[in-house]
Amino acid sequence: MKKNESYEEFIKGIWRDNPVFVQVLGMCPMLAVTNSAVNAIAMGLATFFVLVGSSFLVSSFRNWIPKQVRISCFIIIIATFVTVADYTLLALVPTVHKELGAFIPLIVANCMILGRQEAFASRYPTRLAVMDAMGMASGFMLALFSLGAIREILGDGALFGMNLFGTNFEPWIIMILPPGGFLTLGVILLFFNWFKLKKDEFLAEVAEAERSSR
Amino acid sequence: MTSARHTGTASPSSLRLVLTLAIAGLISGVAIIGIYESTLPTITANKARELREAVFKVLPAVSQMQALVHRDGELVAAEAVAKDEPVVYGGYDENGGFVGYAIPGAGPGFQDTIGLLYGYTPDQKLVVGMEVLESRETPGLGDKIYKDADFVAGFSALSIEPEITAVKSGTKSQPNEIDAITGATISSKAVVRIINETHADWTQRLPPPGAEPRLTETEPAGPEVER
Amino acid sequence: MDNLLWIFISALLVNNFVLTYFLGLCPFLGVSNSLETSARLGLATTFVMLVTAICAWVLNTYVLVHAPYLRLICFIVVIASTVQFIEMLIKKLSPALFRAMGIFLPLITTNCAILGLAIFATNRSYGFWEGIVYALGAGIGFTLALVLLAGLREESELSNIPKLIRGTAMNLIIAGVLSMAFMGFAGLFSPT
Repeated sequence: MKKNESYEEFIKGIWRDNPVFVQVLGMCPMLAVTNSAVNAIAMGLATFFVLVGSSFLVSSFRNWIPKQVRISCFIIIIATFVTVADYTLLALVPTVHKELGAFIPLIVANCMILGRQEAFASRYPTRLAVMDAMGMASGFMLALFSLGAIREILGDGALFGMNLFGTNFEPWIIMILPPGGFLTLGVILLFFNWFKLKKDEFLAEVAEAERSSR
Repeated sequence: MTSARHTGTASPSSLRLVLTLAIAGLISGVAIIGIYESTLPTITANKARELREAVFKVLPAVSQMQALVHRDGELVAAEAVAKDEPVVYGGYDENGGFVGYAIPGAGPGFQDTIGLLYGYTPDQKLVVGMEVLESRETPGLGDKIYKDADFVAGFSALSIEPEITAVKSGTKSQPNEIDAITGATISSKAVVRIINETHADWTQRLPPPGAEPRLTETEPAGPEVER
Repeated sequence: MDNLLWIFISALLVNNFVLTYFLGLCPFLGVSNSLETSARLGLATTFVMLVTAICAWVLNTYVLVHAPYLRLICFIVVIASTVQFIEMLIKKLSPALFRAMGIFLPLITTNCAILGLAIFATNRSYGFWEGIVYALGAGIGFTLALVLLAGLREESELSNIPKLIRGTAMNLIIAGVLSMAFMGFAGLFSPT
């Protein structure tokens, strides 16, 4: 029972309540750094670290933090983790840090992270809170990665810097430029809308199709 | 900060609120200082290495360098460089003989500021190398200013007098002309303009050839080199 | 002077905060359903950005020179409290102005465009006036993007659009087209 519950908290963040595709949160790092798969993963890992770390602390201390100052406390905790992530990346992988630039400190302003503290971590026991944070962060990373991979493949004809299509492929440069971010995410959301619509209409059939396609 | 606004609402005393925030702040401060102190050596070393590599790239045959600043009408070696102080890097060969300057410059490009470093030998008045340090030029087009090896190689022996001009690709005929990149003319011209402007800025402040500051680093100074 | 103009135009058009840096997307997508709200939100954001630029400059010049590692926390705390304080001040002094932008102020403080402004200005080591001009350009640019999207959305409310496309997906695609249009401003300051 216990195990099931925490598994449920983990899995919901990846698909059903995916922070980007379903809740449409944390858009700014989402679009800004996804011009290549590597950047997307680095950003995803940094966010993962911050979200899981702060959820753990917030949930552990949830009975000590007075309600009136909770938001300030959450922000201090998050900002500390972000600073730690920032300096660690700068020391270990300076090239990636240079690419991501100012968007690492901006993880603080990612509404998804503060939202999880307020909505979940400050109300539930540590174990569930960490599971929830890991689920959400993985969902976020998955979203970042799919966007980054799509944009890199179309915009650069490569994935992780490896050429995929040979020299005949004319890259759609627009995809790695800012408009490409908006358009790709728009199309993905369109897909999710369509999926939801179909699901509402033919719940049974979709479930069937999903099972057979797995 | 926030505590003052919320005291109206019941239970915990404002002292406790302030105390909670203070403790949170304290812990976070300690954590941040800890990570800062422990990563600082690596970060400083990385930055220094990056700079050295860039300088050595734009000044071939250089194996030692030092930062030079212009103070009181004279170019001197600087131990510490203030944040906004313009600086050039002097490059020296193994014997401590002066080879050339590596000069950083920046200016508007097609999309955003381009920051670069170029090597300059004052005795021949030649640009001997160029490295883009910072740019957000369009991927696939403008970013050729550092990805296109031919363009970068064009800066390896380029006369800067009276000034560099970018010409249509393949039509270079003068020693002070460089082939612009097809499809990235504006970015190429921006690079050229930044170098020209930086050069105009510095040229009065550099000492006449032969009077460059000596290398002050501790290396066992080789025989006195006359240049 | 030339430099200040470049900073302004760059923040306003070429490197528009919303359309090329993706900052402040939450209000951009959330609030942009009516022209009037958008204009007010833009006004309030520009104002907060100006305050932020001044705060960031003061912090960078007098406080953070010896402790750069505290930058992030200081920015968040100081900017948030200053804006709160000014909000109370406006409420006292000018109820009309407070009605125009008051309710948005606390919301905006947690907006990533604000923090982004402070961080970008710091990274580029802007001085006082450069910071102010940068904030002005970024704020007006934000307003411009917001008003443009709101106008397009108001128009599209009346047209016959499939249910599937309505909502965030459509807004993002409109934003993509706007962003493409803004790309045309690149090269404004380049040699020809």
